[in-house]
Amino acid sequence: MAEAHKSEFSNPLVNWIDTRLPIFTMMQKEYGTFPTPKNFNYFWNFGALATVSLVIMIVTGIFLAMNYQPNAQLAFDSVQHIMRDVNYGWLIRYIHQNGASMFFITVYIHIFRGMYYGSYKSPRELLWMLGVVILLLMMATAFMGYVLPWGQMSYWGATVITNLFSAFPIVGKPIVTFLWGGYSVSNPTLNRFFSLHYLLPFVLVGVVFLHVAALHVVGSNNPLGIDVKSPQDTVPFHPYYTVKDSVGLCVFFLVYAILVFFAPNFLGDVNNFIPANPLQTPADIVPEWYLLPYYAILRSVPNKLLGVCMMFGSILILFVLPWLDTSKVRSARFRPIYRQIIWVWLAAVIVLGVCGAHKPEGIWVVLARIGTLYYFLHFLVILPILGKLERPLPLPESISRPVIVGGGPMPSGATAKPMEKA
Amino acid sequence: MADSSTAVVHHTGHPDVTKRDFLKLITGASAAIGTAAVAWAFIDYMNPAKDVLALSSVEVDLTPIVAGQGITVLWQGKPIFVRHRTEKEIKEAEDVRMSQLIEPQPDSQRVKPGHAQWIVLIGICTHLGCVPLGNKPTDPRGDWGGWFCPCHGSQYDTSGRVRHGPAPANLGLPPYAFESDTKVKLG
Repeated sequence: MAEAHKSEFSNPLVNWIDTRLPIFTMMQKEYGTFPTPKNFNYFWNFGALATVSLVIMIVTGIFLAMNYQPNAQLAFDSVQHIMRDVNYGWLIRYIHQNGASMFFITVYIHIFRGMYYGSYKSPRELLWMLGVVILLLMMATAFMGYVLPWGQMSYWGATVITNLFSAFPIVGKPIVTFLWGGYSVSNPTLNRFFSLHYLLPFVLVGVVFLHVAALHVVGSNNPLGIDVKSPQDTVPFHPYYTVKDSVGLCVFFLVYAILVFFAPNFLGDVNNFIPANPLQTPADIVPEWYLLPYYAILRSVPNKLLGVCMMFGSILILFVLPWLDTSKVRSARFRPIYRQIIWVWLAAVIVLGVCGAHKPEGIWVVLARIGTLYYFLHFLVILPILGKLERPLPLPESISRPVIVGGGPMPSGATAKPMEKA
Repeated sequence: MADSSTAVVHHTGHPDVTKRDFLKLITGASAAIGTAAVAWAFIDYMNPAKDVLALSSVEVDLTPIVAGQGITVLWQGKPIFVRHRTEKEIKEAEDVRMSQLIEPQPDSQRVKPGHAQWIVLIGICTHLGCVPLGNKPTDPRGDWGGWFCPCHGSQYDTSGRVRHGPAPANLGLPPYAFESDTKVKLG
């Protein structure tokens, strides 16, 4: 017989449960006393913010599904019904609609933070790869969710994205017919997209759980990119980072609320106020902002199959980023060249995004091609070579060390008696 | 730490209450109020929507209904009984002693003045929500000549008042008005 877990909680009910199923001990260990590097900056808020976004999307989505009709005849009107007739339907739908944007912006900043501070490097490669899986799932979920209101953009977005698969030789056409469940985007397509749009967020929750579990095995990276050397380098997660995350959460909610209450359709497309019409494509067809860079990559390549491959490749390449970056130094703070070119890469992504929003004509084609070229150059050429050539700055001895050195000499008993506040 | 807490003591006068306690309380209260406000939107979302609440009214033409016969009209998803009572049925409904009723209510309160031959009822048994029989003259109408519920045997008289359990209350009355002698508007 295995020895029963001895719970240390004083509340008898908590103790009774915890002895049999140590969830309270686990929460205490993983979110209470969990030792976390003490030098996090606000970029380390974004994982928590993304988790909150996911929860908000699931809750609002479940409520929307109570009044939404996944039927090509009824879908558009049912969304208008939610907006006009259902109590607070407008609020819940706008939270959900703008929540997609909030989720993506937090995740994109979270990813950029990982790239800037080298969070993907050993031993966090698998943690990073699970993150890329999360990004792919998010994109699939967001795309299918965008189809559900069954407006013109929904319909033609679905048509264009599913047609991407037609680029593959021989199997392409049958795959597209299979995805549609018919010979065009139609009612069966809408039905299955709704079903999958409801399912995938829960798959996301599962992968997020693995992502967090992996994080709690290897521990968090930090702005210095060096390992935790001693307990002096850490603080307990609670209250230090629960409070810091709460501050970030307030700012997050502020931006979110401004979008929802003052500019709910700012990120939307007017064409989606027109019911889906299989006989007419809108004059300007663009995806949501968070998919624009990939869309620009797709259009910058004149060959259909190659364009599709490059587009998927632009995300899949992230899976091997831990091995493409040959530098042993994690944080860009100690990599004088990487610290600059990472911004060039970000600029390339933003340029691609802007190109994706414009018609592929004239200067936008040229810019999109330069952006695409640089995007792949960064990963496939610059990073592998830079790791060998770059001379990193000397790394600090420990996380505690630079704080003391940077803050000037302090008496040895300084931490025991902080300065009195006025 | 000891220094900073004594500094607070001078301000508040309560040795056990610190500035941090106050901040925690304010933060917690703000979060609770915010959460409750948002939660209300989600709760209210599940209440009947505006289109459901909007009282869709139904007009009923009474001319084809002969004395002794009733019809059932669908109003707000509910069956509404409209019955043309005979002189005998009206008299039975009016003459009954209040002490004999499970839920005492005179017939005059259940019909519109001057239209005693028309009884308009919500056709849902007050026991467990079945639709009682009795609109058609061929239906079983129970011992009191009104309606008979096939589910558990409740019986109603010609005024729709419960006379025999298990139903605890009289059949409900929908809001309605006579637009003319031969036309009723429900809702």
